[in-house]
Amino acid sequence: MPAGTLYRGREGMWSWVAHRVTGVLIFFFLFVHVLDTALVRVSPEAYDDTVAIYKTPLVNLMEYGLVAAILFHALNGLRVIAVDFWSKGAKYQKQMLWTVMGVWIVLMAGAFYPVLQHTLRTLFGS
Amino acid sequence: MSTTETTGTSEPTDDVALFDVDHPAPVIEPPRARTAKTPKSTRGNFEMYGWLFMRLSGIVLVVLVLGHLLIQLVLDGGVSKVGFAFVAGRWASPFWQVWDLAMLWLAMLHGANGLRTVINDYAERDNTRFWLKWLLYAATVFTVLLGTLVIFTFDPNIR
Ligand code: HEM
Ligand code: HEM
Repeated sequence: MPAGTLYRGREGMWSWVAHRVTGVLIFFFLFVHVLDTALVRVSPEAYDDTVAIYKTPLVNLMEYGLVAAILFHALNGLRVIAVDFWSKGAKYQKQMLWTVMGVWIVLMAGAFYPVLQHTLRTLFGS
Repeated sequence: MSTTETTGTSEPTDDVALFDVDHPAPVIEPPRARTAKTPKSTRGNFEMYGWLFMRLSGIVLVVLVLGHLLIQLVLDGGVSKVGFAFVAGRWASPFWQVWDLAMLWLAMLHGANGLRTVINDYAERDNTRFWLKWLLYAATVFTVLLGTLVIFTFDPNIR
């Protein structure tokens, strides 16, 4: 635990925690992802066999989670940039966070079928 | 709280000017001012450039990564179509090669610099911090080089 933190909870801190957690998650995914993509240099079969894992229901669901993490990190990242560079950014940081969450929910709802269609179609037929 | 002005009733001492053009007030040096005797700063602006890079790369990554996810997971049947043949089709175009190369370098450097901050925050022992960062830099250099090599040496007729 970091010593003597001054944070007192509330939106500003929780959005920071979520930004940090999602950033670290995406980085670990990217590390694995470059490794799996490198299999195209081994053989088409090695690559296709590995990509088949991406098409299993559980991993497909995790992809939806990855989309959730990246969308939050991207939208909240833009909010952080606005807080730093826009003269009124700090004043409206809370409103911007609610905007971020609103846009996030809309995009997540829109991404549900496209991202999970592979699983939905294999589980429930076309 | 009163903000009333006292008008016209100046104190007797105000009449005697302590300093004038011929008797200027002594110059008080501002605290911590840099003078000829101040040692040269041994720090560069590394952290400031790191801070700026996180923001500039972040803006570019919004387009690169969200575009990538749209193509890979949303359009044209979602993840179903991904496979060797699909990758061969995409990397036949220099546009997507450059896209992926930029995404690889920016996301890796952005993520690695972010993780460096996280390590600095939580690893309190000097030794732990040193080794965790060494591991981070090694993994980052390895991943960036491997990914770059894969893009440049991709061979659709490997078999
Ligand atoms: C589960 C979701 C994802 C899928 C299905 C996917 C799929 C792919 C595929 C098929 C390629 C091969 C080249 C191409 O078609 O462009 C690729 C390459 C790449 N992807 Fe993704 N991707 C996903 C998520 C991500 C994310 C979130 C990032 C960034 C944080 C990312 C970064 C990259 C990079 C840097 C490359 C180039 C790899 C190399 O240089 O070898 N991908 N991805
Ligand atoms: C999609 C567009 C992205 C935007 C707009 C963005 C924006 C930002 C910004 C502005 C920061 C600095 C936060 C601060 O100083 O408080 C940051 C931190 C970070 N980002 Fe991103 N980022 C993006 C994508 C990524 C990706 C793809 C990764 C992983 C490879 C990543 C990993 C991180 C990490 C680990 C941190 C450090 C978090 C912390 O110190 O708490 N980001 N991001």
